[in-house]
Amino acid sequence: MGPMRVMKILKCTKSVLPGFGPTMGYTLLYLSLVVLIPLSALLLKAAGLSWGEFLGAVAAPRVLASYRVTFGAALAAAGINAVFGVLVAWVLVRYPFPGKRLVDALVDLPFALPTAVAGITLATVYSANGWVGRHLEPHGIKVAFTPLGIVVAMTFIGLPFVVRTVQPVIEELDAEIEEAAACLGASRWQTFRRVLFPLLAPSVLTGFALAFARGVGEYGSIIFIAGNMPMVSEITPLIIITKLEQYDYAGATAVATVMLVASFVMLLVINMLQKWSRRYAE
Amino acid sequence: MSSTTENHTARHNGIRTVGEPAIVRWLLTAVAMAFLALFLALPLAAVFSQAFEKGWQTYLAALKEPDTLAAVKLTLLTAAVAVPFNLAFGVVASWAIAKFSFPGKNLLITLIDLPFSVSPVISGLIYVLIFGRQGWLGPWLEAHDLKIIFAVPGIILATVFVTFPFIARELIPLMESQGKDEEEAAIVLGASGLQTFFRVTLPNIRWGIIYGVILCNARAMGEFGAVSVVSGHIRGMTNTVPLQVEILYNEYNYTAAFAVASLLALLALVTLVVKSVAEWNVRRQMKSQERG
Amino acid sequence: MSIEIENVTKQFNGFTALNDVSLTIPSGELVALLGPSGCGKTTLLRIIAGLESPDGGQILFNGENTTDRHVRERKVGFVFQHYALFRQMTVFDNVAFGLTVRPRSVRPSKGEIRDRVMGLLKLVQLDFLADRYPAQLSGGQRQRIALARALAVEPRVLLLDEPFGALDAQVRAELRRWLRRLHDEIHVTSVFVTHDQEEALEVADRIVVMNRGRVEQAGTPDQVYDQPANPFVLNFLGNVNLFHGRLQHGGIEPDSRNTVSYVRSHDIEIERTPQDSTALRAEVKHIQKLGPSVRVTLAVAGSGEFIEAELTRDTFQNIGLQQGESVYVRPRQVRTFVEDYQI
Repeated sequence: MGPMRVMKILKCTKSVLPGFGPTMGYTLLYLSLVVLIPLSALLLKAAGLSWGEFLGAVAAPRVLASYRVTFGAALAAAGINAVFGVLVAWVLVRYPFPGKRLVDALVDLPFALPTAVAGITLATVYSANGWVGRHLEPHGIKVAFTPLGIVVAMTFIGLPFVVRTVQPVIEELDAEIEEAAACLGASRWQTFRRVLFPLLAPSVLTGFALAFARGVGEYGSIIFIAGNMPMVSEITPLIIITKLEQYDYAGATAVATVMLVASFVMLLVINMLQKWSRRYAE
Repeated sequence: MSSTTENHTARHNGIRTVGEPAIVRWLLTAVAMAFLALFLALPLAAVFSQAFEKGWQTYLAALKEPDTLAAVKLTLLTAAVAVPFNLAFGVVASWAIAKFSFPGKNLLITLIDLPFSVSPVISGLIYVLIFGRQGWLGPWLEAHDLKIIFAVPGIILATVFVTFPFIARELIPLMESQGKDEEEAAIVLGASGLQTFFRVTLPNIRWGIIYGVILCNARAMGEFGAVSVVSGHIRGMTNTVPLQVEILYNEYNYTAAFAVASLLALLALVTLVVKSVAEWNVRRQMKSQERG
Repeated sequence: MSIEIENVTKQFNGFTALNDVSLTIPSGELVALLGPSGCGKTTLLRIIAGLESPDGGQILFNGENTTDRHVRERKVGFVFQHYALFRQMTVFDNVAFGLTVRPRSVRPSKGEIRDRVMGLLKLVQLDFLADRYPAQLSGGQRQRIALARALAVEPRVLLLDEPFGALDAQVRAELRRWLRRLHDEIHVTSVFVTHDQEEALEVADRIVVMNRGRVEQAGTPDQVYDQPANPFVLNFLGNVNLFHGRLQHGGIEPDSRNTVSYVRSHDIEIERTPQDSTALRAEVKHIQKLGPSVRVTLAVAGSGEFIEAELTRDTFQNIGLQQGESVYVRPRQVRTFVEDYQI
């Protein structure tokens, strides 16, 4: 940014409050040092790879299988969360029951619990002799060390994203809207489907996208429960780690670039969703 | 107006005639609670159950293990560096962003949020690419006998990266909702910039700071993926608590793994309590701002 | 259709919102529920609609008990205070909503719905806004769309909760006259809630004055204004001076039965020389000009009580009052109540 442009920006702030220059300078410097330069290091390194090298790394059968596993499981988990997250948010806002504040706080557990702890715990609970796994085993359902385990872990870490995105929107729903629909003869289900759900839909989609994005990038809580079998239950972040451990920096960089681009696209989608969700606002 | 207060009471009584029938309400609540119990409460209970499976003695012995103590020390050190750095950044950035208008503000906020959308593994990888032996600065660091990757500085750097947005993203909307009337009033009354900040702004955002710091700290102490990439897993040297949990677990030392994990679970519970309190205060403050 | 309200009682958390309210609303009338904040008028309206259920008593539509009917089946049109338009639907879809949610067997065809909605939009003079969204409308326009939406289902009763409460003064006055004309056109039994006495007097066929969960008086605007049943009604409709005692022989005479005398401020005449023995001597303390009228504050000699008189500007200029001068005030009409009972 040239000095002329900085001057222009300083002028257009037109504020009597001091400190815009130094605070903005520090913000940009720190942001660049910690986030932007390191991230561009990845992209530069990737740009240095030949097309063949790049394609060889990102399109290898084992890597392709890992995309399928990662994105497929993240999609499934985000779907589960979209349904149950809306339900949980609805119950938390609308229905009185004892211990509600406690339950409300517990929803954030996946944000606060370190992923490694979540990983070993879920693996234990869902293993063949674990608390939950032992009831599923007789029915031929294996969760731990299968792709299903990945879905469980991603559901765990993604849940708060949907609940916390949808909850405030439900809180702000005006009771008059529902009463108006009832006065006009709509059944409760018609009211939900035609009046309430369209108002909730953008936030549900946003929560879905956030949970999906988090699931795709997740590592710690998954590797313990996944079993990590190549072609079957190996996630893409693990591929990057494996390549790094084999000192295949080029391969790791290439795969990481694919993931980074995927998360940028999702970030863009999420931003657009959030804009879209405000379109009826006054 | 009368209707407002009356509606208000009616809604809080939960006896509106328009809602779902009681049986539907009860059913939905039961399904939601069952889901939360299965996915949240049960795993949380399992941590402690596994940790104490073989009694207090084994539990304490696992915690007193020298490698574990070293891991705790490293984790505390990491958080003690990463949190203040990001706190300073969060406060400074939110002042610049919330109190002034300038072009590109939304882009800047998106960039600050960026580390949230990057996989933790990639967050570690980028530092390996810069400071690792084959990285940009690798040869220079080696020549000067400095070690960042597979050493403590790398762990701290990766932690700073993954916890980068926490405090800023909490403070920016809070400060924006508070506007700048109070600060302008202080300036008009002759306060200096720093006086204005410390005596007017800071008291207004203190619950927001607590909220951001507690979440930032939880992530700093619990980060696994990014730290795992840069740590090198040297026992007693570059293992943080989450990494120690992984090692113990992979060695089939389950009780010890869960004992150490229970420390982190406890940290999570404390975090949730403080977070709930702070959130409640922030909400109240934002509401009173709206009204005023 | 007539509405009968019989002994309706409603409590919220120990607060009595309605206390044994009985009321008949004749078919085809436009009725105002008038009262101060918290008097229970909105609760009564919501109970008539079925949005709230009474703790005791019943609601009859045309003599038929509807107390336990769900709001969906009552066929009432309800206009909410903040309109409650569905913001994700166009104006057209909002008005059509009540028709499109009907079961297929009784749902009008698409063409019929279209005709009916456009007809209603013409009725509220907003047919050019059919494709807009609520956020793009002004407050007055939203209010009229909310009304059209309520009318679309051909309600047996139209209920309006503070219909003009959220609008500015000018739009309010305009909509008020417009609602009156609309009612004269469609003649559906209508009840609206208001705390504005002027609004009630101007628009309604019948006014129900409420206070503290009870009906104080129900009658035509003339009845409640000219023959108030009690001090509350008198007080609520217009500015009133009150005196503790009887106005007799040029003075205020307290008596043992706690008599209170009331005089509306525009029922007070000010004169330089007393015309008869009812005139009281008073001093002009303050003169305030309020557009077409003038408010004069006077201190009654020897009693320490103050009187507010409202004069037309003409009368004021004819007398040529000055601050501080001594004059005589003569009440044209005095209403005397002993405690709560009219004599």
